[in-house]
Amino acid sequence: MSLAVPDGTGIDLPPVVASSAPGNSAPVRWGHRHLLDLDVVSWPEIELVMQTTDAMREVLARPIAKVPVLRGTGVTILFYEASTRTRVSFEVAAKNLSADVVNIAAATSSVTKGESLVDTIRTVEALGADMIVIRHGTSGAPYLAAEHFGGSILNGGDGWHAHPSQALLDLYTIRGNLPGGPDLHGRKVVILGDVLHSRVARSNIWSLTAAGADLWLCGPSTLLRGFERWAASLAEVPGHGRFTVTADLNAALRDADVVMALRLQRERMSGGLLPSLREYAARFGLTLDRLALARPDVLVMHPGPMNEGVEIAPEVAVDPRSVITDQVTNGVAVRMALLYLLAGAAGKAPEASGG
Amino acid sequence: MTGRQIMTADEIRRATIRISHEIVEKQAGTAGLALVGIQRRGVPLARRIAEAIAEHEGVTLPVGALDITFYRDDLSLVAQQPLVKGTDLPFDLNGATVVLVDDVLYTGRTIRAAMDALVDFGRPQAIRLAVLIDRGHRELPIRADHVGKNVPTSREEIVRVHLAETDGEDGVDIERLVGAVAEPVAG
Repeated sequence: MSLAVPDGTGIDLPPVVASSAPGNSAPVRWGHRHLLDLDVVSWPEIELVMQTTDAMREVLARPIAKVPVLRGTGVTILFYEASTRTRVSFEVAAKNLSADVVNIAAATSSVTKGESLVDTIRTVEALGADMIVIRHGTSGAPYLAAEHFGGSILNGGDGWHAHPSQALLDLYTIRGNLPGGPDLHGRKVVILGDVLHSRVARSNIWSLTAAGADLWLCGPSTLLRGFERWAASLAEVPGHGRFTVTADLNAALRDADVVMALRLQRERMSGGLLPSLREYAARFGLTLDRLALARPDVLVMHPGPMNEGVEIAPEVAVDPRSVITDQVTNGVAVRMALLYLLAGAAGKAPEASGG
Repeated sequence: MTGRQIMTADEIRRATIRISHEIVEKQAGTAGLALVGIQRRGVPLARRIAEAIAEHEGVTLPVGALDITFYRDDLSLVAQQPLVKGTDLPFDLNGATVVLVDDVLYTGRTIRAAMDALVDFGRPQAIRLAVLIDRGHRELPIRADHVGKNVPTSREEIVRVHLAETDGEDGVDIERLVGAVAEPVAG
């Protein structure tokens, strides 16, 4: 079992494994039984996900958007935190591949009777799950699940730590919509807002630096704590992409190719990080005026759900430059690709030979 | 591992042209015909057959590409999967006579998967099968309507089709594996 265990929960510094050499044309195999975060996923593997997602979009465009590739594979969706788009898009993705899908919401399960995570994982395995998509409020919980599960774990978001399927659908959406083509080298991507509490931002750092983007993280300095140290450590890795951390909104937005606003995570906010929501919106909210600093063809993104009028103005969310609905649509295709590739790595997918 | 050639580029060209005549003859014309190549080497073969038909009949038939990765029945056998190369069927299959084209016919499982895939796109009036090589060893009740060359083989042998479009040059080789692990081959 090739289980990756994190050194910490995101702010700490995991080892840099991702290759920063895009363009490798050698055939690539997906080499991971679990998808826990993108820190251990190489750039050629990320490109394999992108190519497989293209094929899944073709499946989605068919009159019958369903293929039998995961027939007989049990996929359990185990969510300990609220979710609409991630849970539904994993469920739709698994069903489109003909998997047998079971949904468990922690609020209505034996978790409320005190069952531990490990017990729940063992129970789900005994009930026939081959793959578990897990979301948990504690950073690292999917790693613990992976230690006790014989199949594949997909991290559907853990605490502040990681949300790899979101980062991959973000990358896919950027590559598909970026004026001038999918190559991100030197393109300025800004992640704006509550970076501190954001697993989306942390996973995106791995994929966007691996893609060669000129990545900027911007927000109130209280919500950027620890990231300068991470940026400095990446800068010491030869050939690896790096990112800039700043509280200067104008510097970040100037000539940006992509602006990704993050949800202000009020439920994770402890006292003293922000004076008030109003002040946050006034100083860091993404408005049309501020967006004028970016390139005219900038892409506006948001992982959802949005606090409209806080981190993003309502008129920005529906602006023609917004690709927020593309993110949701691409989410299904990306998750189909991930389920398919992980099933293959676990010995549940087709071989290349035969007749 | 030793290889010997069983078809030259000229023989492939002649077989392709003969198959193109057979397809039109069997259909008594070109009405309703469509060619669908199975990824990967079936696709250039289907295009070549369509070009040959265009040359002698003056009719350009629709050509599609079919990737059967998502329809294979050998799940859980091997812990790896091929890169999905994509499906493109830019015509209505309903009522058409679809000629599936592949390079090597072996167990028949690829063709079974291809038929499953096709019927998800529509209801063809008929599905026929054209292959460059039939090497025997069927595991399913499937036979080809049009065959470039019948080649008796043993299961320890590998038939490799090379096409200019995918491999730089035309030719068919047969290789005997000597204690080697079989590499994935099309067919």
